Amino acid sequence: MTPATLYGLCAAALVAIGLFGLILHPTPLRKVISFNLIGSGTFLFFGIAARRGAAAGFLGDPVPQAMVITGIVVAFAATALAVALLLRMLEAGAPTVDGPPEQPDDLSP
Amino acid sequence: MMADATTPGGGLLVLALMLPAVGMLAIFALGLRHAERIAHATLLAGLAVALAVAVKVGQSGQAMTYLIGGWRPPLGIALQADGLSAVLMVMTAVILCAVGVFARGSFSSPRDGAETRRPFVFWSLFLGLWSALNCAWLARDLFSLFVALELLTFSAVPLVCLDGSRETLRAALRYLLFALAGSVLYLMGTGLIYGAYGTMDIATLHHLTRADWATSLALGLMIVGLMAKAALFPLHLWLPPAHAGAPAAASAVLSALVVKAPFVLILRLWFEVAPQPASTPAGAMLAGLGAASILFCSVMALRQARLKLMIAYSTVAQVGYLFLVFPLVMGSAAVTPWESVGWTGGVLQLVSHAFAKAAMFLAAGLIAEALGHDRIADLGGAAKAVPVTVAAFALAGLSLMGLPPAGGFIAKLMLLTAAVETANWWIAATILAGGILAATYVFRVVGSALAEAPEGAGTTAIARSRELAVLALALIAVALGFLPLQPFDYLAIGRGGMP
Repeated sequence: MTPATLYGLCAAALVAIGLFGLILHPTPLRKVISFNLIGSGTFLFFGIAARRGAAAGFLGDPVPQAMVITGIVVAFAATALAVALLLRMLEAGAPTVDGPPEQPDDLSP
Repeated sequence: MMADATTPGGGLLVLALMLPAVGMLAIFALGLRHAERIAHATLLAGLAVALAVAVKVGQSGQAMTYLIGGWRPPLGIALQADGLSAVLMVMTAVILCAVGVFARGSFSSPRDGAETRRPFVFWSLFLGLWSALNCAWLARDLFSLFVALELLTFSAVPLVCLDGSRETLRAALRYLLFALAGSVLYLMGTGLIYGAYGTMDIATLHHLTRADWATSLALGLMIVGLMAKAALFPLHLWLPPAHAGAPAAASAVLSALVVKAPFVLILRLWFEVAPQPASTPAGAMLAGLGAASILFCSVMALRQARLKLMIAYSTVAQVGYLFLVFPLVMGSAAVTPWESVGWTGGVLQLVSHAFAKAAMFLAAGLIAEALGHDRIADLGGAAKAVPVTVAAFALAGLSLMGLPPAGGFIAKLMLLTAAVETANWWIAATILAGGILAATYVFRVVGSALAEAPEGAGTTAIARSRELAVLALALIAVALGFLPLQPFDYLAIGRGGMP
């Protein structure tokens, strides 16, 4: 098994765990974390694409790495926005996206 | 068409992206109190740019290109306006200008009072949205399009919860989560495409893509992600609360323009990136989900008690029509896809729905302001209080139902013709059934609005200019029906080099 395959499987596993959480967890904070897991898997995948595209004396193709940086910034901004919305929602007293309101201590840090 | 060099006037495309962004920065720099004036100045300038691009594309009969930094794709990034992009740019600019006139009353800051957050947030996000939309229409590589989609999401989500109530915050968060799930799936697809072909440039990919499992998986992931953003059944659950909860000016932009960007991306992926001929079962599946959107959400629209929720469900139904395009275009092998009746009908449906739906949401906003509520059953007296607005609502409804002479009629007629030509009888039946359902929910509102006002119900006066802005949008939606054959040629501009 080459390292690229191993990392590919890791990326796939991260995406799978994230998708599971995003679809099945009712609490918004867990959904946000799940989204970050899928994002991590995707970024890892870009890294593998960079490694597999190594040529012309470079250890890796720089283009996917540049794209990953943009992707990470976007995911960070998205997470910040989601957490800000979540905090505002907690202040307004509506802790869940769908389903019944959960216990308040579930979301405390 | 491959982007070889910057065409004359290509700088206009950069201006289309930059003007709104500069306006947004100017709002920060020059003080929040001037937000509205800066936004209006930007709107006028942006409209002029969009019209100039459309005229230039029409005159030259060729796509306009701008190579950023002079670097040619696949290494560099190109902006390109073909016929479709030019139409979409003008549509966006006109609708945003009308919404700008409409919103003058609702978000203006007090002349001498303190700076308030609401107008500042609204106008800066409004301009951010415009920049993102223009980027989505003009970008020609999959990664720039991802960035455009994210900009769009980040501008649209806060617009939903502008009034900060518990329900709208909940709707905004749900919208954000759906949109994020969609964009991460899209990003995964672009990663697979880059891994397989080593480029993101759409024109380059057009000649490279093979029908193998990696390409199919990548396109599948991207299209499913975009479906969540375009609110196709069954991924539409976020749309009704989000679009109904936003202030009317924001709902109009969200429903008319924002959901169209992911659809246009699917259109480009399907006809420009996917190996041709595109897969028949996948096209049938997309159309099937579109048909389910039309039938299910039209019925849901009928069952709503609140006017804005009804219009939001109608948006999901009307977006469903757009997805009927895929099998209709595949069937006609003799002509290129973008010269076929189905393709033109789909694009015309997109444009006429954008105008009609913007008019409807703005009309609903004015009716709610005049009467103080938007319960459909108690709309009596609306026709007396705001006659121009109710007329605009009815005209926009004409386009949604597909009655002549409205733009929606021509669009649905073209789709129907294409469905009959390609022997897709179930699609033809869905189009007809959707028209009847739309007529039912529009007449329900108009009938209620024409009723006598209940005793003792007070109304608020509405500025005439705001009513006229709504009427102008509705009239454009109807007037689109009078240019039936012109779009064929214009929409095919810039596609000559494609086999």
